[in-house]
Amino acid sequence: MDRKVIFKGRALPALLLLPQLAVTLVFFIWPAAMAVWQSLLQQDAFGLSTEFVGLENFADVVADPAWRGAAANTAVFASSVAMLALGVALFLAVQADKAIRGQRFYRTMLIWPYAVAPAISAVLWLFLFHPNIGLIGRALNAAGVMWDYQLNGGQAMLLVVIASAWKQVSYNFIFFLAGLQSIPKSVLEAAAIDGARPLRRFWTVVFPLLSPTTFFLLVVNLVYAFFDTFGVIHALTKGGPGKATETLIYKVYVDGVDNLNLGSSAAQSVLLMVFVIALTVVQFRFIERRVHY
Amino acid sequence: MQDAVLARQAMARQRRGRWLAHAALALGVLIFAFPIWITLVGSTHDAATIGRGDVPLLPGGHGLENFSTALGEGGGRMHTTPAAGMLLNSAIMALLIAGGKIAISLLSAYAVVFFRFPLRMAAFWTIFITLMLPVEVRIIPTYQVIVNLDLFNSFTGLTLPLIASATATLLFRQFFLTIPDEYVEAAQLDGAGPLRFFRDILLPLSVTNIAAMGVILFIYGWNQYLWPLLIINDRSMETIVVGLAKMIGSGDTQNEWNTIMATAVLAMTPPVLVVVLLQRWFIKGLTETEK
Repeated sequence: MDRKVIFKGRALPALLLLPQLAVTLVFFIWPAAMAVWQSLLQQDAFGLSTEFVGLENFADVVADPAWRGAAANTAVFASSVAMLALGVALFLAVQADKAIRGQRFYRTMLIWPYAVAPAISAVLWLFLFHPNIGLIGRALNAAGVMWDYQLNGGQAMLLVVIASAWKQVSYNFIFFLAGLQSIPKSVLEAAAIDGARPLRRFWTVVFPLLSPTTFFLLVVNLVYAFFDTFGVIHALTKGGPGKATETLIYKVYVDGVDNLNLGSSAAQSVLLMVFVIALTVVQFRFIERRVHY
Repeated sequence: MQDAVLARQAMARQRRGRWLAHAALALGVLIFAFPIWITLVGSTHDAATIGRGDVPLLPGGHGLENFSTALGEGGGRMHTTPAAGMLLNSAIMALLIAGGKIAISLLSAYAVVFFRFPLRMAAFWTIFITLMLPVEVRIIPTYQVIVNLDLFNSFTGLTLPLIASATATLLFRQFFLTIPDEYVEAAQLDGAGPLRFFRDILLPLSVTNIAAMGVILFIYGWNQYLWPLLIINDRSMETIVVGLAKMIGSGDTQNEWNTIMATAVLAMTPPVLVVVLLQRWFIKGLTETEK
């Protein structure tokens, strides 16, 4: 963990650390502390006076049907994005692992959506699913499906899930393919000699060996769905129609920036922070363990 | 004899499996590329064709004028910012964020690995904590800090809060720990001080890691959305990802979709090129930081 041979000096390392620590303290730690502090305060309707209300904001937030609705949306959204992105990526990675030729070509063709910003991904899918100008949107309407994501909440949710998952498949694909390629060929040959059919071989041998990768990716995908998809929702549905696609992050933004309800927004932020910290701890404990394999 | 039959059957099965794999992958590639293709096609037709909902599957002849409108004028009716300026702003933002993150992370990783001083681990953990505080969960208070420091509508305000990086620091720290002690001893024997060692030995050794990190961070910077949305309301400083979303508005059929699609193509070309052309470093960066 530590080096044996080092340089002497105390002022120099402090100086070297200064920029990073200054940015961290001013733009991370301080605002986070402020969020905690603001979450304990309440402003009157005119913003004239502020009083300390303890945990009242939290009680209000958790009891608020709108927040519960956003939490339910988030659960549906995040689990759908993770399942879709993981499932498609695993399927494609297994195929790429089998197809001995052209692996590099397929990899190139499948990884570039990673580079597309979430908000741009939203725009691309809007071009396809727009009820009036989109190729698929019009085809659906012509086929008798009443497709309009601007009016139908379920369809709006489906669209933001697709736009978010599309982009994340690339990331998962790279990790699944690497995981598959690190499985010793002798293990697979042994299973084949024992007469296990390909599908059975996959579920009894390959999938269990991939489980560390899968678990790691599950956490990464959930974090992505929670925090990095703000752009998709903001560009595509603005949380609507109604509040059908309003996730927890989106609600923090709306309450804080549009409605200027600082106390409530801060309380919601703090709840989300607790959640990220929990996810990060899970992720790192797990990675620590994987190192010892 | 029976073995030979079994072996032939197994080989036939394998060949069939491989063929199916190629078919499935080709289908996957097509589905993945489809939205991009439609956008490319849309950027080469006129607004009326798209507005009628008659987007063909093949490119049309209006590409040149659409792209020059997008670059030079922006979406005319909505008076959006021309894409040329927004591309420049995005490039500045992405390079400042990537460069800033790499620079301060190299310095802090160097300090933590090659020196012993009081509160060394405390400093390390302080940096580590930033992993748990994404900007999305502390939007309002961070925004207030920017306003108090008078950094609203500035590139400093846009990039400085994003350049703290636990991920890059962890990566460089890990790499520095693998540098053999002999290098340090040799440098010390030759009378090289810590700064000389950093510049002449450590930096050249870190080039691949810096490139890998640079690719990932450039994309991260280019694709920023929430932060520029909050910090910039001066149109001349608009970045292209946010500007594009603003052009869409609420998705009206009357939008100048041809210009919007051309802008979308312009907005995703730089990061996609970086990933495809620098694929080796991209994959190294992705798999080694694991986040």
